[in-house]
Amino acid sequence: MSETPVAEMSFEQAMAELEQVVGQLERGDVALEDSIKLYERGAALKARCEAKLKEAEEKVAAITLDGNGAPSGLKPVEGL
Amino acid sequence: MSDLIDDPREGENAPEFSVTELSGAIKKVIEGNFGHVRIRAELGRVSFPRSGHVYLDLKDDKSVISGVIWKGVVSKLPMRPEEGMEVVATGRITTFGGQSKYQIVIEDMKPAGVGALMAMLEKRKAQMAGEGLFDPSRKKAIPYLPEVIGVVTSPSGAVIRDILHRLRDRFPRKVLIWPVAVQGDKCAPEVVRGIEGFNNFTPGGALPRPDLIIVARGGGSLEDLWGFNEEAVVRAAAASDIPLISAVGHETDTTLIDFASDKRAPTPTAAAELAVPVRLELLSWVDDQGARLTRALTYGISQRGQRLRDLSRAMPRADTLLEGPAQRLDRAAEKLPNALRRSVDTRRLKLTEAAASLRPNNLRRAVDAKREALGRRSDRLSIRPIQRDIEQKKKNLDALNRRFVTAANAQTGIWKDRLESLERLRKTLGYEATLDRGYAVIWDGDQVVKTAKAAKKAGALEIQFADGRHATDGTGSPARKAPKPKPPMPDQGNLF
Repeated sequence: MSETPVAEMSFEQAMAELEQVVGQLERGDVALEDSIKLYERGAALKARCEAKLKEAEEKVAAITLDGNGAPSGLKPVEGL
Repeated sequence: MSDLIDDPREGENAPEFSVTELSGAIKKVIEGNFGHVRIRAELGRVSFPRSGHVYLDLKDDKSVISGVIWKGVVSKLPMRPEEGMEVVATGRITTFGGQSKYQIVIEDMKPAGVGALMAMLEKRKAQMAGEGLFDPSRKKAIPYLPEVIGVVTSPSGAVIRDILHRLRDRFPRKVLIWPVAVQGDKCAPEVVRGIEGFNNFTPGGALPRPDLIIVARGGGSLEDLWGFNEEAVVRAAAASDIPLISAVGHETDTTLIDFASDKRAPTPTAAAELAVPVRLELLSWVDDQGARLTRALTYGISQRGQRLRDLSRAMPRADTLLEGPAQRLDRAAEKLPNALRRSVDTRRLKLTEAAASLRPNNLRRAVDAKREALGRRSDRLSIRPIQRDIEQKKKNLDALNRRFVTAANAQTGIWKDRLESLERLRKTLGYEATLDRGYAVIWDGDQVVKTAKAAKKAGALEIQFADGRHATDGTGSPARKAPKPKPPMPDQGNLF
């Protein structure tokens, strides 16, 4: 298990560990108590993954550039 | 005019055309059929008249077609046409009625094979590859799920729309568009500024720093895409700290930025696909994982439960454990008296068998036999023969005794007579008888004194007379005792 708290994990980390946890649990070679802990960990990871997936939000903006071509701000883009 | 062409009928005499009419008809056929052609050829004679148009010959080893490139097209060509160049030209065939000529009006032309541009491209590529800009070790991993995606492209047009659409389909994300010109002279510097600009955003700053950059442009001619072959662009892409996906042109088009980018997408749409995973798939994956998690736990628990039940089934109950031995005990206990009895019986039987021959009768018979034998013997052992014998022997003894007594008496009688006669003889012959006749015997103690010399020597002398002894010595010593008479002869006859 990685040291990163589940709440701070990236989706990918959470996903990789969830997969690992599931695999471990499915192999069935974990002691019963550990398997319950694993399950809880897996559930937390799953929740983390779902949260990250719920963050799916489209927001498109174009960078506005000043006269020198340097970025000066954001302009929402719609209709694309 | 058209109906003349549309319905030609064989064998019919062709109507008369004017030259212009025929020329026009030919033009229509040719331009209709060859409105858009792509031709590969080597450039022959090339002329650049003052007008700005370019006239040239396209040829191969057998044929030649004249061509013209109008001024407006010339400026967009990626290269300056030169004689001997291998090119692929796109355009339409047109006729030039004034000279009974046809020619191709070239709308696009690219070097074919190792053309000049390509040669330059290859040279540049080899140089930058030599610098290690394209090394696989420089490639950064594309984040699995970027939060913010920066897209360097034209803000209008199909490319950004395709990207946004595909992102929306897969996984809606925050997208920052850095507007650039994607062709022409301004392309390269703007793209460079875009890549560097995104990299300069500070994480958590006013402008969110992208996790991923996509540099995109739609398909186009080599010349259209030329900006993405520029060294500055390639270097900027290679230097980007943010992972960068290049998606320039169509799949067949390869620009140098593709070598420097961390990932090359064949199309802008494909870039969007590389950039984000499919959200719905992930959701179902997560659901699936959750289900597997639950199933695995449930399975693990039920498996253990099953195992426990199996084991407890397999584990014999205490009473079951005892059943066998108890039964054995019972059976043994049951058998014990019988066994004892049987054992006693067996022994009794043996005893009986042994005792059978041990009947008192047998003994008795044996004793009887022995007794009989004894009797027989004892019968023979009678005392009568002995008594008879004794009697016989007694008789014999008596007879013998009588004979002996007779004989002994006779013998003793004889001996008595002889003895008496001898006594008489002795008395006659003896000194004592002489005494009666007046003779005497002188004794010195026990010694007879025969001589006067002996008498002189003797101390005391005894004189025996017939009636006794008279001791005399010189001094008148008493007479000596008479000598002891001789012992009489034993009388044998008195034995019995």
